[in-house]
Amino acid sequence: MKPPAKMSKPTSLFVIFFSLFVMSEAVFEDQVGKFDWRQQYVGKTLFAHFDSHSQSSKKLFLATDKNIFASFNSRTGELFWRHVDKAGPEGTIDILLLHGQDALMVVGGGRLLRSWDTNMGGLNWEAVLDTGSFQAACFVAMQDTVKHVAVLKKAAISLHYLTNGHQKWVENLPDSDTVQYQAVYSGGEEEVYVLGVVPNSHLTIIAYSLEDGEIIKQRSVEAPWLSSVESSCVVVGHGVLMCVDTATLALYALPIQSLDLEVSPGFQPVLVSSQPHPARSPISEFFLQLGPDHHVLLQLNADGYTIAPLRDFQPAFLVSFSTTGEKTVAAVMTPKNETVKKKKNVACAINLFSADSGRRLLDTTVIFPLDLNGGKPFKLYVHAFLKKDDSVGYRVLVQTQDHALTFIQQPGRVVWTREEALADVVTMEMVDLPLTGTQAELEGEFGKKADGLFPMVLKRLSSQVILLQAWLAHLWKLFYEARKPHGQVKNEVTIETLSRDEFNLQKMMVMVTASGKLFGIDSKSGSILWKHYLENVQPNAVFKLIVQRTTAHFPHPPQCTLLIKDKDTGLASLHVFNPIFGRKSHIAPPALPRPILQSLLLPVIDQDYAKVLLLVDDQYKVTAFPSTKNVLQQLQEMASSIFFYLIRSDQGNLSGFRLRKDLSTERIWEVVLPTEVQKIVAVNGKRPNEHVHSQGRVMGDRSVLYKYLNPNLLAVVTESTDAHPERAFVGVFLVDGVTGRIIHEAVQRKARGPVHFVHSENWVVYEYWNTKSRRNEFSVLELFEGTELYNSTVFSSLDRPHLPQVLQQTYIFPSPITTMEATLTEKGITSRHLLVGLPSGAILSLPKMFLDPRRPEVVTEHSREENLIPYAPEMPIRTEWFINYNQTVARVKGIYTAPSGLESTCLVVAYGLDIYQTRVYPSKQFDVLKDDYDYVLISSVLFALFFATMISKRLAQVKLLNRAWR
Amino acid sequence: MASVPRSFLLLSIIPTILILCADFACCNTGRKTGDGLDTDFSGFSVPLEHSFEVDDVSRFRMRGALQLRGGRETSVSLSQSQLSEEDRNTLKEVAAVDGLYKIRVPRVSLTDRQTERQMDGYLTAFVRACSLVESHLSDVITLHTDVSGYLIGVSIVTIPGACRGTEVEDEVDLEAFNTTLTIIVPTNAPQPETALFIERMDIEHEKRGKPQEQKSFFAKYWMYIVPLVLFLMMSGAQDQSGGGAANGGGR
Repeated sequence: MKPPAKMSKPTSLFVIFFSLFVMSEAVFEDQVGKFDWRQQYVGKTLFAHFDSHSQSSKKLFLATDKNIFASFNSRTGELFWRHVDKAGPEGTIDILLLHGQDALMVVGGGRLLRSWDTNMGGLNWEAVLDTGSFQAACFVAMQDTVKHVAVLKKAAISLHYLTNGHQKWVENLPDSDTVQYQAVYSGGEEEVYVLGVVPNSHLTIIAYSLEDGEIIKQRSVEAPWLSSVESSCVVVGHGVLMCVDTATLALYALPIQSLDLEVSPGFQPVLVSSQPHPARSPISEFFLQLGPDHHVLLQLNADGYTIAPLRDFQPAFLVSFSTTGEKTVAAVMTPKNETVKKKKNVACAINLFSADSGRRLLDTTVIFPLDLNGGKPFKLYVHAFLKKDDSVGYRVLVQTQDHALTFIQQPGRVVWTREEALADVVTMEMVDLPLTGTQAELEGEFGKKADGLFPMVLKRLSSQVILLQAWLAHLWKLFYEARKPHGQVKNEVTIETLSRDEFNLQKMMVMVTASGKLFGIDSKSGSILWKHYLENVQPNAVFKLIVQRTTAHFPHPPQCTLLIKDKDTGLASLHVFNPIFGRKSHIAPPALPRPILQSLLLPVIDQDYAKVLLLVDDQYKVTAFPSTKNVLQQLQEMASSIFFYLIRSDQGNLSGFRLRKDLSTERIWEVVLPTEVQKIVAVNGKRPNEHVHSQGRVMGDRSVLYKYLNPNLLAVVTESTDAHPERAFVGVFLVDGVTGRIIHEAVQRKARGPVHFVHSENWVVYEYWNTKSRRNEFSVLELFEGTELYNSTVFSSLDRPHLPQVLQQTYIFPSPITTMEATLTEKGITSRHLLVGLPSGAILSLPKMFLDPRRPEVVTEHSREENLIPYAPEMPIRTEWFINYNQTVARVKGIYTAPSGLESTCLVVAYGLDIYQTRVYPSKQFDVLKDDYDYVLISSVLFALFFATMISKRLAQVKLLNRAWR
Repeated sequence: MASVPRSFLLLSIIPTILILCADFACCNTGRKTGDGLDTDFSGFSVPLEHSFEVDDVSRFRMRGALQLRGGRETSVSLSQSQLSEEDRNTLKEVAAVDGLYKIRVPRVSLTDRQTERQMDGYLTAFVRACSLVESHLSDVITLHTDVSGYLIGVSIVTIPGACRGTEVEDEVDLEAFNTTLTIIVPTNAPQPETALFIERMDIEHEKRGKPQEQKSFFAKYWMYIVPLVLFLMMSGAQDQSGGGAANGGGR
């Protein structure tokens, strides 16, 4: 093992004091990647292009809804490079155009025009565009070379040089207040055409000179049926505008022609055309989509007036054009065959058709299975290339509704799949893995009720036989694999081989993504073990993942419940599943006809060891799940001791309820924070699986300061409605969730959000922006009962008349933060650290010791005895506290912590755009021997001592005997 | 309350403990609305209502009147009547079935007197009826306000707070409330203590750092340099040849 990373010498005077408490926690060089992994994602694809610059290119370019421009290796699906722009509308990618080695991008609703070098991913140039909302952009070619790019805004068109982004000319569009300009087109001539429409009246076509931007021609065409150029018109052949009239299904190629085609009811027909090279006209063939799975390939005849259907495709999900050399092909995706649909085993076939004749090309069929737990195919990107024998080969990128990308090569091989839904993880849980089959067998034997002596003996014997069998199988496997070369033996993790390890360090990460796709990921390797796509999830849905039964109750399978709630209507539905295998449970969740206000997991368990979930609807009626007779009976008995709270942040109202025996509720307390003054931004209780080992703190004078450990305490954070920097404030209220008693009420003056906070044990840590000093600050609140406990055996919110002592201290933090979480361990003996996600992508492990309101301003004998760090207003950030060294997590949104079987170890998952999993040891690995532990030395010393004792004992005996004889 | 005949009530006003929280009010609470503060505040009164029913359905009745006084020194006092015979029996019955004793006050603002705006709604709190009985009606009621003087919450606890099931024999113990009334305004959270820290650092500098820094090279090593120079001079005086070396050494 290499020597630990040396600590940087503290230079600032502020830091000198801390150097007394040096803790080295950095990762050793050879530990990199051993306990941690990172996966990088880009999000839902908006634009995708294959690099057709050279035949053997492996690049694939994507622009996504997460404002990312990325390049992939099309052979492996790995990321070459990725550019993460600002989140939100400022960084939105409006369009991505690819020509040769240049990738052109309009960013931020027409704010910036950027050109990237596709080879290295470097920025060639960036040009600031005039204001105005972006409409369209296209390459403009002159004499067969592409030299310009035209950008169409709402009221202006500008032409930029491709080499440096300088503006050649900009022209205001005539009548831009009445005409909606929506498309720009160039076919390689000396003109740029702008198409605009006055909805349901006429179409305007303006031709600009390429040289100086002068209007050459301007034409107006009556088109009372047309409402939008963008959605219903394409340019086909030699400058013929083809529009589809959605009402009568007539195709307008300027001379009007009606086609005898039938459109599915309620479907808006779509036209698909292709322009292989910006210097040439688009091909004269085009697709017309008539229904969700009905496409027609049409051709515009050479005379430019008549349209002939080439081929009818039904059923066909998706179509796409692709060009290689002089050949243009059409790729069509069809379901394999109709009958298979019922068998729940859907396969898809992709065929290539020659675009100019509509004939099917031989040996181009690709059949690939469609993942049942994924979404439907959504978009097809085809890359055609010429093989050596001049036939056309192709590769396909299929985008499905669950944001997954699948790359398929001939003949029907899925090369890679990227689950881009994981770029937007909303919530997650870690679930213990099940025991191995043999362990479970033993557990089951003890778990079941005894039914007589003889069956028990039989059961014992049978389990012994199973154990023996498993051992023999293991031996055989060892023997078999010993003959293989070492490198070939792979320990692939599959769902079948999943089992809990010795220290419970490997767990199942259940991740819920915004798109409604659920994932089960192995925490050790990061491989996706199962996935399940929930269709019909609204985009504004709120998710809450609840573990109702853990793995500990064999033979009952573990059970997770996902509460999916529509944010607007409040209507909710439940998805019950097994978190290890991802399968939907056969247990029918209750129907929830009314909006759900609150859900709470009770410690009450039913006869199948599932915790009871209570759902409160907007009439304050309670639904229990599971709702067996046993559960209802237990609920009736316990009703008077079940309290819950509701928060309506729009009214500033916090209220408490008590359950009645008939599962109705009664309101028992109410606290109202006037919304004119402040609004509730966040409410946080404590984590239910948190353990606190020590009830108090031993002070310097050997007395004990007892912690105020109220499990029902809620931390309510408010922000003032007055945003003036002098009057803005952040309020922190500590409210008992049972009695509604305000335990503490503090106001941070001249402060503003966003507030991030952690509530745990007897402390609350929050971070805010100081508007006066213009810096981020951390504040810590700790609650103590004092030197005497009121009732040391049990805590009851109903019987704690005295308010706790509250200590608070504030520190300057030199960086803004994006998220915060506290470490969690099995028994709570290990000291706590705060895990802070920084905007830079680093995750800082900040010892709680630095956030201690008892840090003394003046060092005394007592404080030294207590190991308190003297107060310093500035909180240090040390680079060796970054637990993810150079593995930055872009746009970190949340950090999840889970205890492992080892007290010293806490499992950490940081998610945002990327997912990063690691382990942290807040008090170092006190319960684990080091890797370089010298077993030989220790055992030889032990043996030597043992023999020395034996010999000396013998010698002593002889000596004693001799003395006795004397 | 309306059901209880007034004539039976001994309207003995129990002077309750008046707690001023001047130390809290020092902050710029409501400085914004402070224009009207200089005018005399005679205070105003709001009803304090309570409810205790065997069937746990809230039926609030008058318990007393809270005299609130806003302004620089926020204060509150309570005048309340005794419990009637009927109320005492009900309370005992509620305690026997482990029912709740609830109180409520209307939402008011302590500072915004001019507008006299009564916001709709109440602030409610509860305590177990048995603990109220067992503590012989000694309760602590706390009113919480926010920064601009709105009442945001009320809480009630009894001392002692536990229900041990002891019988209250003496009826007199349940006649009058022994109420401690407090009003709590939000505390100001501390700012980072930079000034004090810098001051302390300066003091420590003066103690340790400065004398060491001020000592020049000569001041530190004169005991070595002087003998050396003397030695060189002596040796230089003896033979006049090593002048250059002596100068170099004496630098």
